[in-house]
This record gives sequence, structure tokens and C-alpha cells, in this order.
Amino acid sequence: MDSKDSTLVEQRPAVLPPGAVSRRRNRFTRIATPYLLLMPAAFLYAVFIVYPIFRQFDISFFNWHIFPDVANPFVGWSNYIRIFHDPAIRTASENTVLFLVITVPIQMVLGLFAAALLTDRLPGRGLWRALIFIPVVTSWVVVSYVFAYIFGFQGGLANAVISLFAGHTVRIDWLAQTWTGNAVIWIVSIWKGVGWSFIMFLAALDGVPRDLVESARVDGASEPRIWRHVVIPNIRPTITFVTVLLVIGASQVFTQVFITTGGGPFGSTSVLLTYAYQQAFSFFNFSYAAAIASLMAIVVLGLSILQIRLMRRNVDQ
Amino acid sequence: MSALTFKDARNAPMSRSPRGPRRPQPSVQPGLFGIRSWKKSRLVLAGVFGAVSVFPLLYLISLSFQPTSDIQTSNPVLIPTHPTFLNYVLAWSENSFGQYFLNSLVVALGTVVLTVTLSSLAAFAFARYKFPLKEVFFYVFLAALAVPSVELIIPQYLLVLKLHLTDSLPGLILIYTSENLPFAIFLLRGFFEAVPKELEESFRLDGAGSIRVLTRLIAPLSAPALAVVAMFTFNFAWEEFVIALTLINSSAHRTLPIGLNFFIGEHTTQWGPLFAGSVIATVPSVIVYFISQRWFQRGVSLGGIR
Repeated sequence: MDSKDSTLVEQRPAVLPPGAVSRRRNRFTRIATPYLLLMPAAFLYAVFIVYPIFRQFDISFFNWHIFPDVANPFVGWSNYIRIFHDPAIRTASENTVLFLVITVPIQMVLGLFAAALLTDRLPGRGLWRALIFIPVVTSWVVVSYVFAYIFGFQGGLANAVISLFAGHTVRIDWLAQTWTGNAVIWIVSIWKGVGWSFIMFLAALDGVPRDLVESARVDGASEPRIWRHVVIPNIRPTITFVTVLLVIGASQVFTQVFITTGGGPFGSTSVLLTYAYQQAFSFFNFSYAAAIASLMAIVVLGLSILQIRLMRRNVDQ
Repeated sequence: MSALTFKDARNAPMSRSPRGPRRPQPSVQPGLFGIRSWKKSRLVLAGVFGAVSVFPLLYLISLSFQPTSDIQTSNPVLIPTHPTFLNYVLAWSENSFGQYFLNSLVVALGTVVLTVTLSSLAAFAFARYKFPLKEVFFYVFLAALAVPSVELIIPQYLLVLKLHLTDSLPGLILIYTSENLPFAIFLLRGFFEAVPKELEESFRLDGAGSIRVLTRLIAPLSAPALAVVAMFTFNFAWEEFVIALTLINSSAHRTLPIGLNFFIGEHTTQWGPLFAGSVIATVPSVIVYFISQRWFQRGVSLGGIR
């Protein structure tokens, strides 16, 4: 990088008035420079992201084997047709949608609420902000283990606390049952996710002109009205952004499920990606898994575009 | 930023009048919560949020110092009664944990350096140059935000197999970097665009080339955004699980999250060493976060969403 830097400088020695000799060369570098700058990132991106997207579609139309000497027959849409007849897909989609519908709104409301608490001056504000964000920087693997332990059958803190309130010993085998297993997955995800929407909303609330809020207050507007008519409209772009990214993130839920329940019992807590992963790397049904992932990518992309459209329209009204 | 100044200008007549004649200072300072009596409840609620956020981590630290007899009783122990370092000793000595730590560090730092370099170059092009199909390129990059990580694991696995990059740390670095580029370019572009054009022109008049403009002018002025990118990328690479689980198969190349997974046995889980290992694995992310925290707020508010 530095050598390139120096040659660029040498081409135009400081003695020359700018553009005297090398105007032509300048023009060439002017045109070529942005592409040269873009190239390393674009190359890596093309190889490891764009090509795999197409490759995934490609594989999904074959009965693809990982072993080199086995024929990989073309099977057309049959992997996609199979998706719609697979009862396990039904369960996994339901769990994914349920996960999305439950965790996204709760994360947003809690995140916005915490941001509202901490946007103005408050003793220890910096500390509270830092603490609320900490779950975001911890690792999914670690927190999944911790929550798996807290919601453990024997000696788990969750059961102990419930027993304390119930007045007798309660033993819930959280991770071995469908609904409680799902609940644990939701709780970990919300706990770890709130800090992210919090920091986004905090940044947005900082940008809300305080004078505007103050003058509304002077005009006698109540606090809820100020929020509805001044604050919320001002942070609308952030609300859109956070919603879209949380929905995308929720549809990709994987690690916490993989580690806490492993999709069990009998696949009843599995989500789409854990199911696809299992199909690929436990049963070697690469093509079927690729079809699931491809279909998901299309749905998620469509969903994101739809959300952005809908929210734009809401703003216009 | 520009949207914000525009809004300020639009609201100017409204906002100036109460400020101008210096009316008696209202009992509350302008804020989103005007009522002073809310301060106490806000403080309590903030405390609750903070406590809930750190509790599982404090509990993790406590557990990591507990002997097995305390970890596996039917009555959970909150504060270690017989604190011990045994779990740390076991965690570090078993499964070559030190090697995993080193591997994770190499992968995380490699990913940070590569991502920051490549995304700065690309964001510089997007922010400072006009060229055909610019916005198309930009949206192609952005589209990947909708298809991250696990979704592409199958074709990525096959690709890495073909490139003979399985079971190698450079393979992980390349994939992690690619995953992080879209977000990084998106964030940095906004920041780079905010650097005044006149500054760049005066730099160029002094004979500076593009790379010099980027490294000496734009990058230093965009330090908050670069810090945010570095932090997010570090954390991504440091904690990434599925890709590493899929691509790495020899013990010598395992990263920390995969290493932790090996404390979970088929029949028994070594909870103590797992917790100690988890604490060790969490410390670097927290350190990186606290280092980058001072730029964090600014980085998010200026670059992220405008």
C-alpha cells in the first residue's frame, strides 16, 4: 500500500503546477482509482458470498453428493417440492416464525424503553449504558451454556427461584420439553438482543431536537402526546432499520438453539437453519438443505423489501 | 448528519424564541422526560435493566470459581463458599485450551485487519468518487446483509473444500472478512462522506495521492467509525461458532467456541472447566468493547442510520 502511495506521489512532483504534464495520466488514474480501491473487497465478496449464493441454487436442483466419484443427478424442483411435504419443515417454520414474532417486538420495546430512560442526564448514566450493552458483546456460545445451566433440570437457578415462590420444590425439565425449551431460547435471545436495539435507539433519541420537545411541552402537550407526535416520527428511520435487521436476524436464529436444546426433543424446538444444518451435515442431504436455505434467503429478502416499503408508506400518510 | 442540520434549520424559528429572551429557567432542562419526579423511577428502572443485563455474567464468574460439588448440587450456589481455581487449571490444561485461545486471537485480529483495510478502501471509493454503476455495486454489497452466516454454510463449505482451505485459519479469516464487509462498508461510507471536500482538495493540492488522502486524512477523522467496525468484526470472529465448527476438524486449529463445545461430553458435561473457559473466552470481547466504547456512541449515531 505504501509503495503504491509513493508512486502516486512521484507521478506528480510538487514542483509541477497541478495538471501540467500528467493531465492525461491523471485522467486515467481518476477513472481507474475507484475500481482499484473497490477491487480487493469486491473480489473477496464475489468469491465467498456472491458465488456461494448462486452455487447454493445450483446444488438445490441436483441430488448432490459430497463424495467425489458418485453421480450427482439433476432432479429439478423436487427438493423444493419436498420442502412442502416435510412435516419437520412445518415444525421448524412454526418455531422460526414464533421466535420472530415473540423476540423482535419485545427486543424493540425493551430497547426503546431503556434508551428513553438513559437518553437524558441521570446519575451513573454511562455505567447503565455500558451494562445494558454488555450482553451484545458476549458470545452466543457462552451465554447459551450459561442459560442452559440456569434452566437446568437439577440445581438450576430457574427452578430454585420458582420453587421459592411456589413454596414447594418445582422441577421443570426446561430443555427437554417443547414449550419450555422454546421459552428458554426466546429468553436467551431477548436478553442478548436488547442491548443492540438499545444502542441504536439511544443514538436516534440523541438526534431528536430537544428544543422541539421543549416547545411542545410549553404548548401544554402531554408526555405521551409528545412521544407520539414528536419523538417517534423523528426516530422512524431507526425504527425501520432496527425492525428490518432484527427480522433478518431472527430468521437466522441458530447457535442458541443448536447449543441449548439442539432442536430436541425429537426436533420439536428446531428452527429452519438448525434443521437445514442437520440435513446437510448429519444426513449429508446437501441439496435438500441448499433448497431450504435458498428458499429462506428469497423469503427473507422479500420480507425485508416489504417491510421497508410498508414503513415508507406509513411515513407518507 | 445533513438531514439533522436541515431539520434544525427548519425548526429554528420555533426553537429560537424561547431561548432568546432568557426566560426564567424552567425547572427542568430540555429533555425527553421533562418531569423531574421521574428521575428516581428512571434510576430504579435503569438499575433493573443493568442488573438483569449483567447478572448471568456475574453468575458465570461465580460458577467458574465453584467446586464441582457446588455446581452440581440441587441447591444452586450464588456466591462461591469454597472458591477454587481448579476449574481454570483444568480448562487451561485440558484440550490444549491455550492453543485454541491463540487460534482465536489470530483469526480475530486477522479478520479485523483485513476487514478494516478492505472496507476502508471500498468505502473510500463509494464515498469520494463518481463512477458508473456506483450505487448498483453498493446495493449488491448491501444485499448480503439479508443472507449472512449460517445460510451460506453449505456452498461455502464446498468452496473451501475445493480451495483446500478446510481446517485452516486463513480460510476462516477470509470467510469472516467477507461476512463483515457489507456492514463495514455501509457504516464507513456514511462517515467518509462527512469529511469536508475542501480538506481533501487541499490535501491533493499538496501532492497527496488517493491512498495518502485515505490514510492521513479520512481515516484519522473517521476514527470512531473505524473503532466500531473493528469492535464488531473482532467480536464476530472471536465468537463465531457454526462456520468454525463446520470447517475446522483438527484439534490444532480449533477456535475457542469450538474448544468450549468439547467440554460438553456425550454423557457428562464438565461444567466447571466449561465455565472457567467461558470466562476466559469472554474477557477479550469485554476488553475490546470497553476500549472502543468511547467512540461507540458517535460511531453508531453518525454512521449507522442517517
